[in-house]
Amino acid sequence: MEDKTPKVKKHVIFRLCRKFAKNAIGFFLLGILAAMLGSVIELCFPKIISFTVDTVLDGSGTVPSFLERFVSAEYLRNNLWVIAVVVLILALLLGLMKYLKQVWDRRASETLVQTMRNTLYEHITHLPFSWFVKNQTGDIIQRCTSDVGTIQSFLADQLANLLSISINILFSIFFVMSVNIKMSIITFCTLPIILLYTSLFSKKISKGFRLCDENEGKLSAICQENLTGVRVVRAFGREVYEVEKFKKQNQFYTQCWINLMRLMAMFWNFGDIVMGLQCLVILVSGVLLSVHGELSTGEFIAAVSYNSMLVWPVHHLGRIITEMNKAGISFVRVGEILDAEPEKDVPDAKECDPSGDIEFKNVSFSYDGENKVLDDISFKIKNGSTLGIIGMTGSGKSTLVQLLCRLYNVDEGCITIAGTNIADVKASSLRKSIGIVLQEPYLFSRTIKDNIQITDTDGGNEETLAKSASIACLTDTIDTFANGYDTMVGERGVTLSGGQKQRVAIARTLYQGSPIVIFDDSLSAVDAETDAKIRRAINTELKGATVIIIAHRISTLMAADNIIVLDSGKIIEHGTHDELVKAGGLYSKINDIQTKGGDQND
Amino acid sequence: MTEAEYKKLEEESVHLKYFGIPKLLPHLKPYRRMIIFMMLIGAFSTLGDVIMPLFQRYSINHYIAENTIDTLPFFIILYIAVLLIKVFCGYNSSLCCSRLEMYIGRDLKQKSFDHVQTLSFSYFNQNSVGYIHSRIMSDSGRIGGLVSWEMMDAVYNTTYFVGAIAVMLSINPLLTLFVVLVIPLVVIISAVLKKKLSWYQRVMRHLNSKITGSINEGITGAKTMKTLVCEDKMISEYQDETEDMKRHSVKEAGFHGLLWGSLATASYVALAAVLWYGGHITLEQLLEIGTLSIFMSYAMGIMGPIQWVVSSISNLITVQVNIERITKLLETESDVADSAEITEKYGDMFHPKKENWEDIRGDIEFEDVSFKYPDGEEYVLNHFNLKIPFGTNVAIVGETGAGKSTLVNLVCRFFEPTQGRVLIDGRDARERSQLWLHSHIGYVLQTPHLFSGTIRDNLRYGAPDATDEEIMEALRIVSADKIIAKNEAGLDTQVGEGGDLLSTGEKQLISFARAIIADPRILVLDEATSSIDTFTEQLIQNAITTVIAGRTSFVIAHRLSTIREADIILVVKNGTIIESGTHAELMKMKGYYHSLYTTQYEREKMNALLGAREDA
Repeated sequence: MEDKTPKVKKHVIFRLCRKFAKNAIGFFLLGILAAMLGSVIELCFPKIISFTVDTVLDGSGTVPSFLERFVSAEYLRNNLWVIAVVVLILALLLGLMKYLKQVWDRRASETLVQTMRNTLYEHITHLPFSWFVKNQTGDIIQRCTSDVGTIQSFLADQLANLLSISINILFSIFFVMSVNIKMSIITFCTLPIILLYTSLFSKKISKGFRLCDENEGKLSAICQENLTGVRVVRAFGREVYEVEKFKKQNQFYTQCWINLMRLMAMFWNFGDIVMGLQCLVILVSGVLLSVHGELSTGEFIAAVSYNSMLVWPVHHLGRIITEMNKAGISFVRVGEILDAEPEKDVPDAKECDPSGDIEFKNVSFSYDGENKVLDDISFKIKNGSTLGIIGMTGSGKSTLVQLLCRLYNVDEGCITIAGTNIADVKASSLRKSIGIVLQEPYLFSRTIKDNIQITDTDGGNEETLAKSASIACLTDTIDTFANGYDTMVGERGVTLSGGQKQRVAIARTLYQGSPIVIFDDSLSAVDAETDAKIRRAINTELKGATVIIIAHRISTLMAADNIIVLDSGKIIEHGTHDELVKAGGLYSKINDIQTKGGDQND
Repeated sequence: MTEAEYKKLEEESVHLKYFGIPKLLPHLKPYRRMIIFMMLIGAFSTLGDVIMPLFQRYSINHYIAENTIDTLPFFIILYIAVLLIKVFCGYNSSLCCSRLEMYIGRDLKQKSFDHVQTLSFSYFNQNSVGYIHSRIMSDSGRIGGLVSWEMMDAVYNTTYFVGAIAVMLSINPLLTLFVVLVIPLVVIISAVLKKKLSWYQRVMRHLNSKITGSINEGITGAKTMKTLVCEDKMISEYQDETEDMKRHSVKEAGFHGLLWGSLATASYVALAAVLWYGGHITLEQLLEIGTLSIFMSYAMGIMGPIQWVVSSISNLITVQVNIERITKLLETESDVADSAEITEKYGDMFHPKKENWEDIRGDIEFEDVSFKYPDGEEYVLNHFNLKIPFGTNVAIVGETGAGKSTLVNLVCRFFEPTQGRVLIDGRDARERSQLWLHSHIGYVLQTPHLFSGTIRDNLRYGAPDATDEEIMEALRIVSADKIIAKNEAGLDTQVGEGGDLLSTGEKQLISFARAIIADPRILVLDEATSSIDTFTEQLIQNAITTVIAGRTSFVIAHRLSTIREADIILVVKNGTIIESGTHAELMKMKGYYHSLYTTQYEREKMNALLGAREDA
């Protein structure tokens, strides 16, 4: 996503439109139909007025042949209410059409946006983890929110308006022509002029908008930096400087907007002059034609009304066309996400059988293709046993367990569970078999209860919930909250400390009840006493489960059946605690520091 | 949406009933001439709109009806004149209006920004940066925009309405009545529907932020989601949200459609009335056809202004919130303020009287200080006494979140003691201005804060007059001259927003140099916990030693070497100072310090043993 700056490709837009518009197209068409009917009705009114004025009031005109059979001018003259009723009925129909247009247009655009949002979200959740690492969170979110918004307004407002305005213009042309050909020619002469200057102005205006946006960004950044750096500002006593800096940019930004608004005022008022002059031309030529007897009074009124009905839509047309360009870029940005390859299992992937031993065979892995994070790692974890892993930051411990969960795929070698290569297993089945408590646990913004039960698809089990929480030493913490398990956490709820988060994550993993459980340095923020308590509980409760514990504290690891010491992606020592201590290597040195260190004074 | 969410939104909307416009008046006052000019010229331009249809009437009644073109050249000239005057006035009034909009916005931004500079730290502790930021940046703009354009619209619509009615009345009062009959109907329909609409719009805004939140969660929580295999659950929950959004949006469109539909119907109902009654009196030769035709234009034209009244009221209700927020900010008073006499002598923040400033020595004394945070309930310091002569190096240690910055906050007078005094050079800190004290304090933050601009701008932050030689000297002292050498632009290298173009280590070194250039007598240093590569670590360690020499310093310390070398160590737990003394004394006590020290010792030893590497 970050490598190529995309060019707007037409086929991308068409492909995406087709994909998203599938369910919406019907409503789109209905919306256009309503717009069409609406504009026909609206265009009928000047005709009725013209008819009323000429035939009924003036008596100069004739009743059209199709009406002659039903009604005479004389009858109408005595019963003017008939015309009023016709107008009323049309008015109601017009109201109905406007209503239907709104509802159908909205239904179409919302259906479309919903499809777009759902497709994007679903696609993203199925992308491989490496994709999330490669791409910036902010950028992805922007593509899913503001780019989607741009596309929505393109399809819902601009495209729909473009269509209904075009229809409006086409019908108007037809109606004006039906009144008087000469008048219609005069009307159309000015249309290209309006379109031309509108699009010229629009280009300048959108440039102005960009400039304003940029400067608003700068002003906003000054403010943001001042607020986040308030301590520095105060401690150095530089408030005046800050105020001056803000004032300068504030002034500049204000001027940018004023310039832009002057441009816009010029645009609208220029439009007013053009339209005013056009009306004058129509008035004068109408008068001249009437005086020569080529135009009746009613037709004159109708021509003037049609002219005014036509000018505004044309004015809007130019703007819409210019603004539509913006959507192209958003289409490409959204398209790039959808083009990313989702995670896939091999064609006939098996279910995972977690009852066997786990084995790493000559596994190598690197994130960037150059520096090996894991180098030729081989070891075996007997089913139901506990493995401890120790090593410094960056030695590859976390990578090891991420490979086991297939968050990344191995470069060389293979990992097997019960003799089956995990690459041949369904990812979902593999991950369901493995419960992992991550180093920096992520809690979703919902209640504690919902967080712990997040893997539960049917209702949730109170008993398991209480048990998991108690093993994770969470019960006391939860009791301190007024709402207990129903306390909201995350962005919109209470802020939990690092240790509390870790314990919720542990409870969440235990609730899952997976046969393989991994603790990736997940007790680091918990104090030593609680750490010990949780480990004791886990040892008794997780009998039969295969456990992998990654930790820095020897005391956390010493009970493991087997311990490996990782350094620079290689296993440098392995064995039980006693064996390793006896061996006198790195592990035993760490052990010395942690057991005796405090007594020494450097 | 759940019942609870609906209820919460409803409560918020009830809250909006209060009117805050009068609070804005002081901010409008400087522009009262501009406002009056805008209104006059706007009204004049609107009169043009009212007059325009009369040309149509004249051409029908005179030229067409009498079959003549006698006055046509004069007609054209008059038309163009009216048009140009109308457009000229319209252009100027809308220019005035945009100026007004931007000036109100600019002033509110500036006033709130300036005011925030004077607020005490308790304000920043209680309000998030995002919250304050959006008060300054967005509320101000919304108020400016709404207030100015509402004023403009008010002038336009009132003038048009009154003008149109006046013209109609002067021509035919009875026919006017037929047009006016529709008005109450339109008012009632719009009022009811607008209320519904603004409710649905609020719900949609709420749902939209929910959806954004979910996307955010799906991306930042991707790893967790994958390992827990709860993708399907999250997807179906997300789809419920988008479905909810669609449902409400379609409902909103329904009310929107009703509003537009009924307004369109209403205008043509007025037309029907004019046709019917107007037709009658035309037949009776009481009305000319041209007059009838312009009645129809007016009948449809006045629907706009009526609808405006309704939407304007609902706009003014929504802008209440913005006004309330920004006035609340402007009315917030600082907990820490200089008294009138002090300001008189030493000047205020914006106009310091440096000629009256005394030199500072750098002795600090806590005299029977008791302190609790303004938003806290318990005292974190109780009758605390400590003498810190100039040149003393004080280390403050404790776990993260234990309240280590309390003492620093008091020394910097970011907060004032609840009881007792903090003495600077033997005099109460409150006897001098805040700016006096702050210009003698240097502050190096744990996460160094740089401002966007060049490296030079940042280094000069505390001493605007520093020469390049002084700057380079300071960089050499902290061994940061290599950063300058590395970048082609040297001191003119841009650091990016928040200094993000530099590495963490580089940022730290730059912030040390910045403190040295300011050459403060008192230095506060919040040591970083995050580990960086061993080489930079060593550079920073050296820089710390250099920078604290010859100053009274307070170090919120994490590194053992820094702690051991301190003249006095204060140990903080749960907000209060539980132990104090030199390293040797504290170790002998075998108390809390001993265990803190041991843990840290282990960590550093481990690092040394295994060699900390950058995390993959």
